[in-house]
Amino acid sequence: MATDTRVILICSGKGGVGKTTLTANLGISLARQGLTTAVLDADFGLRNLDLLLGLENRIVYTAQEVLEEECRLDQALVKHKQESNLSLLPAGNPRMLDWLKPDDMKRIVDMLKEQFNYVLIDCPAGVEDGFKNAMAAAQEAIVVTNPEVSAVRDADRVIGLLNTNAIKPVQLVLNRVRPKMMANQEMLSIDDVTDILALPLLGLVLEDEQVIVSTNRGEPLTLNSVNSPAAKCYLNIAKRLQGEDIPLIDPVEESSGFGAKFRRLMQTKIF
Amino acid sequence: MTLRDIINKLLRRQTASASTARERLQLVLAHDRSDLSTELLDQMRREILEVVAKYVEIDMNEGAVSLETEDRMTALVANLPIKRTLNGQIKLIEPINESEKNSQDVESKDHNS
Repeated sequence: MATDTRVILICSGKGGVGKTTLTANLGISLARQGLTTAVLDADFGLRNLDLLLGLENRIVYTAQEVLEEECRLDQALVKHKQESNLSLLPAGNPRMLDWLKPDDMKRIVDMLKEQFNYVLIDCPAGVEDGFKNAMAAAQEAIVVTNPEVSAVRDADRVIGLLNTNAIKPVQLVLNRVRPKMMANQEMLSIDDVTDILALPLLGLVLEDEQVIVSTNRGEPLTLNSVNSPAAKCYLNIAKRLQGEDIPLIDPVEESSGFGAKFRRLMQTKIF
Repeated sequence: MTLRDIINKLLRRQTASASTARERLQLVLAHDRSDLSTELLDQMRREILEVVAKYVEIDMNEGAVSLETEDRMTALVANLPIKRTLNGQIKLIEPINESEKNSQDVESKDHNS
């Protein structure tokens, strides 16, 4: 039995910024470090975590049957084929939303806490009941956002709700960073986003076409494509979660050569 | 302002969009964050006045409580002109100076930097 389980909510407010991809890759990365990890799909309306992990055909029972006591927890948990430290608890039927209460989420998470080092909760988009149910069971949170005005604004709403519910620490992951656009000042900078949201940065994830390829295959990048730019970012985030001091990459530094030197010169603050 | 912004300005080109994004976000978030209904604000005003009235005599009609947002911080500003302390000493001077001296700033809990 794991005694000091960390229960982390992965949320964003806005949809499509990369919550589920982060949950899947963080789950794999933590499992690879030898930590038993459960990923809980709390997006009952539009579940996708099973698909990203390639486990969609192996689901027999879901969180719903566990809550209704029609099966045991270990019957519903789907163990990952390659990474046996990782298990998925699938989301139930969308009709669950009619009766699901915050206490139900707490019950599920309490059960998971008995067996795992980490419980990652993949939150639904929005700030309504689905989000509030998921938040009820969490101790800490990771807010995922993109360097875009709409995503940052929605993240700010979520951060406000996390603060009023005493969830802490709340850390930021800045996803889909495009170094070239950032260097050209056509994209909000890392400092812009962390200053505006006033959150510590857990990590950034570079924009990477391989993310789509990995989704197509149902194999998270951190499983089989560990050298892709985004996979490195995810692995670093997992290490930082474990307390390792991994320096952040500077996306502007990343783009090298004369072009990059010129762009850096152009970024010099005059006043 | 960065070197790029200056060159853009000299060439009369549009400034890079990141700074526009930043400014627009700061404005919209200041509005989003001070999302307190007028009833709640009014109730809070009355309760603050009641507490302060326990210690000093204040003009219940003059007190103003408002939200002001500056940078990333939203502050609750209460401006309460004091008439006299309760032990009878009349301290009433110019109401404007007095209110300056006795205004209390309470930072809202959200979004402290």
